[in-house]
Amino acid sequence: MRTLTRGTGKLYWAVLTITLVLFTAAFLLPLVWVLLGAFKPPAELAQQPPTILPRTWEPGAYVNAWNYMDLGRFFLNTFVVAIGAWAVQMAVIVPAAYALSKLRPIFGNVIMGLMLATLMLPATALLVPVYLTLTDLDLLNNPAGIWFPAAANALNVYLLKRFFDQIPEELLEAARIDGANAWTTLVRIILPISRPILAVVSIFAVVAAWKDFIWPLLVFPDPAKQTLSVALQRFAPDTPINLLLAGLVLASLPMVALFLAFQRHILAGLTAGGVKG
Amino acid sequence: MRRHVTAYGFLSLALVVFAIFSWWPIVRGIVLSFQQVNFVTSPDWVGWENFERLFADPLFVVAWRNTLFFTILALVIGFGVPFLTAVVLNELRHAKGYFRLLVYLPVMLPPVVTALLWKWFYDPGPGLFNSVLRGLGLPTSQWLDSSSTSMISLVLVITWANMGSATLIYLAALQTIPGELYEAADLDGAGILKKVWHVTIPQTKFVILMLLLLQVVATMQIFTEPFVMTGGGPEESTVTVLLLLYRYAFYYNDFGTASALSLILFGALAVFSFLYLKITRKADA
Repeated sequence: MRTLTRGTGKLYWAVLTITLVLFTAAFLLPLVWVLLGAFKPPAELAQQPPTILPRTWEPGAYVNAWNYMDLGRFFLNTFVVAIGAWAVQMAVIVPAAYALSKLRPIFGNVIMGLMLATLMLPATALLVPVYLTLTDLDLLNNPAGIWFPAAANALNVYLLKRFFDQIPEELLEAARIDGANAWTTLVRIILPISRPILAVVSIFAVVAAWKDFIWPLLVFPDPAKQTLSVALQRFAPDTPINLLLAGLVLASLPMVALFLAFQRHILAGLTAGGVKG
Repeated sequence: MRRHVTAYGFLSLALVVFAIFSWWPIVRGIVLSFQQVNFVTSPDWVGWENFERLFADPLFVVAWRNTLFFTILALVIGFGVPFLTAVVLNELRHAKGYFRLLVYLPVMLPPVVTALLWKWFYDPGPGLFNSVLRGLGLPTSQWLDSSSTSMISLVLVITWANMGSATLIYLAALQTIPGELYEAADLDGAGILKKVWHVTIPQTKFVILMLLLLQVVATMQIFTEPFVMTGGGPEESTVTVLLLLYRYAFYYNDFGTASALSLILFGALAVFSFLYLKITRKADA
């Protein structure tokens, strides 16, 4: 397709080379630097100028970091928070979007409007009142304190509803004639057709829960219940630097793996209507 | 009738969750702004006292000044970069997958991880940045440790961490520009800059505007990076509105004043959020 420039002349190759070098330096090298850094003993990390490859390889840092910070526990906590956040959000928003799109109850538009109105609020405006509500409900130190507030996601209700709106009525009519009720129509017809949008919403729900910091910081005062982000932040000041680096690498691996596995869905989801990663 | 009952059955869970965790907290946040809350006695109405306490707090002005400075810096540095990157990437016909993978990789990292990594890079002694600068014979910087460079250091982190989404959204928008427009510009003898100005930017102005509004709303609420990297220092140079809000709520347990501050922040951002919603919904229709 025609773009700004054409041809693959000298200028093209120059720009390509410069971009390759800049991108690698800006986005890949810092991460390689950390990967390598975790293999260096603290004394080597403190020296100037720094060594590029570790002079003494200490692969034990990754194991030591795991034990020193008890990372297994925090991985499990984060996993529970992220998977639960996904499951609860799906249970809340899928039926709601279906009802608003296909069953069209009285005042349905008012409800959609009230949900969309919450998007006007900056995410942090509800920090204090939601925190107090969680205290009232005794949901502090409980993963449910993350799951339910995260499920009130008006944008995702809207995205699903918009997708369901495009499913032709004739399909649903045919199911109804075959004797399907509203529930079987949702499970047998709507959900299978909606796999692309459900995949996008699901991946973003899990990623958002894994990356979140401020909510787990408030919800889990008990150190044993914390997620990786909150725990790493707490450990950072008094952890030997090589172990901290190893911990940071380990905490990122699941998200990097998820990205490599679902790259196509994630990049497509970005443009699916302002879903911000 | 039965249809409505069934529909409300499907809606019930969402209605409960939105009511408890979204709609009621909105009302409660407004109410709290005018109350004194402690967890022992029932809350007292205090009128505008919480707002007066905020206005009397020297940090209130500092936090707003810092937040606005941060937002403007983030716009100046962070806003043009993803657009330019996308324009360049759109011209390149090699290594497309590699570029997309790399630019989005930081977006996948948990912000706390990014913040702690960059804190290590910024270390004025053996840190990566000063080591590279020394190696090239260039002057070094105190980065986060000096109140004159702390804010710009934070802006660099969030630009690096977040530019992937914006770049890829722009890239998708650029690919919808009809090739004939460029051909027509070529016939008129337009150079690259002219084509960017007369074709590329007008054709993507809706996306540019949308991302501009989103970025303002997000940067005004900056919390994780200053909280993890500087704690608001040095000399309060990185105390943002949200950091101040956090202090009121969770250091001083003054939830009333913290709510009053949320309400002010909401007011400041309402214009941007409202415009954003209007534009995106119009584009959908």
